[in-house]
Amino acid sequence: MLDVLIVDDSAAIRKILQRVLRQADLALGQIYEAGDGVQALQAMESRHVDLVFCDINMPNMDGLQLLGHIKGAEKWRKVPVIMVTTEGGESKVMAAAKLGAAGYVRKPFSAEQFRQTLESILAA
Amino acid sequence: MHGYDPQKIVRGIINATLDVFSTMIGLEATPEPHYEEAASSGAVDGVVALIGLAGNWTGGGMVHCDAGLARTLYARLLMTDCPGGDGVNEEVLDAVAEIANMIVGNVKNEVERDLGPLGMGIPSVVFGRNFTTRHAGSTWIVVPFACEGEHLLVKICLIKPAHSAGVTADAAGRVKRLAAV
Repeated sequence: MLDVLIVDDSAAIRKILQRVLRQADLALGQIYEAGDGVQALQAMESRHVDLVFCDINMPNMDGLQLLGHIKGAEKWRKVPVIMVTTEGGESKVMAAAKLGAAGYVRKPFSAEQFRQTLESILAA
Repeated sequence: MHGYDPQKIVRGIINATLDVFSTMIGLEATPEPHYEEAASSGAVDGVVALIGLAGNWTGGGMVHCDAGLARTLYARLLMTDCPGGDGVNEEVLDAVAEIANMIVGNVKNEVERDLGPLGMGIPSVVFGRNFTTRHAGSTWIVVPFACEGEHLLVKICLIKPAHSAGVTADAAGRVKRLAAV
């Protein structure tokens, strides 16, 4: 069972991602939510998380900083982090790849696009 | 006024808005002729979401609609019912902010190809009656969209700050100051 953490400052996007994940053919466990990178790290300290979906532009700690923290910690290094963001600029995509993001989904996305991206990442 | 082809911004607004509406909202939005607006909007009602842009160019993006359309957008985005009553609650404001984030973010991605990297802020959203928005220093490019019998306005303002007028980048991307004292 996959325990998932969704990190986005928009409650609307967190709800949409929850819906899309529940509709996907995944063995889903718990779905946790965080509104920024600081809340996400707190959630990961206290809960088991197998997969993270993460926005980039967020208050307090942005998604790239959070990605750096996750990949820099021995206990979380292997947790895949998929960026889900409006940021489509090459510099942000390259920065996420360099920090170890497992995938990059650009907003806006359709449920089908999201599922396909997710399946290809999980298959890899 | 712009120092940048406004038609490219108009095209960027149209492409980004239609993409967001078709992909995530599932409503038809029809672009209408664009116009320019002075720094002050004049008195408006409804929901306004604002996002700052910064970099070699600076400015912002804005999405404005009335309360009824905001509630419809929320319901379609979340695939749920509108909240009860005629009001606009926090969830509706959050949804409009995210729609603005996606539209302005994709316009930013488009114009970055010409203007270089731009940073984008976190959306601020306002709901009220008879209020005015104001942005110092330039005019807004406004593209209205007809949607569900109402209008959504998408506005972008981009200006080159005076302090960057004497600055350019060499072929390797290193910044040089042109003015010699």
